[in-house]
Amino acid sequence: MLKIEAIFRPERVNAVSTALLDAGVTGFHYQNVTGQGQQRGVEVVTGRGGQATTRSAVPKTLLVTVIADDKKDEVVEAIVSATRSGEIGDGKIFITEVRDVVRVRTGESGADAI
Amino acid sequence: MDSGSIAWMLTASALVLLMTPGLAFFYGGLVRAKNVVNTIMYSFIAMALATVVWVLWGYSLAFGPGSAFIGDLSAIGLQGIGIDDGEGVPTLLFVAFQGMFAIITPALITGAFVERFKFTTYLVFLVLWLTLVYAPICHWVWHENGWLWDMGALDFAGGTVVHINAGIAAVAAAMMVGKRRNPGIEPHNVPYVVLGAGLLWFGWFGFNAGSAVAADTLAVSAFIVTNVAAATAALTWGLISHMRTGKMSAVGVATGAVAGLVAITPASGFVGVMGALAIGASAGAICLFAVDIIKGMGLDDALDVFAVHGLGGIIGALLTGVFAVEAIGGTAGVIEGNAGVMGPQIIGILATLGYSLVVTMAILFVLDKIPGLGLRASEAAEDQGMDISAHGERAFVRDGAD
Repeated sequence: MLKIEAIFRPERVNAVSTALLDAGVTGFHYQNVTGQGQQRGVEVVTGRGGQATTRSAVPKTLLVTVIADDKKDEVVEAIVSATRSGEIGDGKIFITEVRDVVRVRTGESGADAI
Repeated sequence: MDSGSIAWMLTASALVLLMTPGLAFFYGGLVRAKNVVNTIMYSFIAMALATVVWVLWGYSLAFGPGSAFIGDLSAIGLQGIGIDDGEGVPTLLFVAFQGMFAIITPALITGAFVERFKFTTYLVFLVLWLTLVYAPICHWVWHENGWLWDMGALDFAGGTVVHINAGIAAVAAAMMVGKRRNPGIEPHNVPYVVLGAGLLWFGWFGFNAGSAVAADTLAVSAFIVTNVAAATAALTWGLISHMRTGKMSAVGVATGAVAGLVAITPASGFVGVMGALAIGASAGAICLFAVDIIKGMGLDDALDVFAVHGLGGIIGALLTGVFAVEAIGGTAGVIEGNAGVMGPQIIGILATLGYSLVVTMAILFVLDKIPGLGLRASEAAEDQGMDISAHGERAFVRDGAD
């Protein structure tokens, strides 16, 4: 089992949701995060309008889902196709191994619980 | 009694009261989200506490006959003021109107020490400051026995009494309480700032046009110059911010409007519309640069109270002397050939700066030494945020389940 953590532009979240469901993903959650990558920060005006300052305040969405190993390419492709614009700031996908999953309602575990 | 004037002054008094919640939002939006309830409470509690102080002894110390320097205790608890005393408008209505000024003046100071000043100590400070600083200066300037009134210093609606006074007290407070350990970078809520500035602008018509203490042509003149100065300063500040950063800052435009309103306050019963344009443009430009300069001096006047209110008040007091029109307020200014008007203006500014700075520092020095009080919230309280540590409340609850 694999955990997919995808960071992308917040305005792409609906497109990603649709693409994941089409790819057969059974569940996911996401949250609004703030951070900095190659896009660097965002310029904000401070000092009562007197100064412009760059801070690491780029808003992004972080989506997390857990999938079966054989779904990896399909899910990654779904996320990439829904988020890629070709500009700096499109985001990143992190993939890690998941040791186990438990479905609370039934007590099932492993791949059956995904 | 003049029923028209009574109707206007009742309205004006309510308008001035509304400025304080306006200030609460103006300041509240500028701080971090963990300190907004506390910042709003500094202003809101003044509506409660200053009102009580005002009717018990504040009015009497400010407007009792007394000496050239302070009133007396003849009207303590408003004793001796009958329901139908007064000419034009009842004395009780003047008491109510002036009480609103006594509310907002100490609330203005709080912008200097937000995010770190102990709330309980603030309550004691508020009572002492109104008694020892506000009431005497109010008496100097606005009572016919006051020495600045006698000298002919012009302050129509409180440039000296309210704004220079609060501005320099803010410097004293920022020095005494020390810097914030981790100041925020951005205001947490820009719409609050603009909403607050809007309410201040609206309420200021009561502040300035109400200072005519009558529904007359002087009130009308004060009304229009107030609007013109606020507009000009907002525009000036906005344009300069656009030139400096390439973007017009909403916080900048809102702050500019407030700076213009401050500067026109002493002048509002003395200058015409052209004077108001000049006063607004001057305040909008000078106060903007002062924000940077004062920050550069290392004084953590957190919300720029001195740059906006202190300096705005000084600009207004000086330019009142320059642009005063005899046909409007009965006193000619420098442009009409009466350079003598500047002397009392300068003395009024210096006396207010000196007295308020020294006495405010003395009050804070003593409060800092009293066991159980002290000026500074603990490091833990400051880190946690003053909303939870001082009030047990949060502005924005984001625990998911609610």
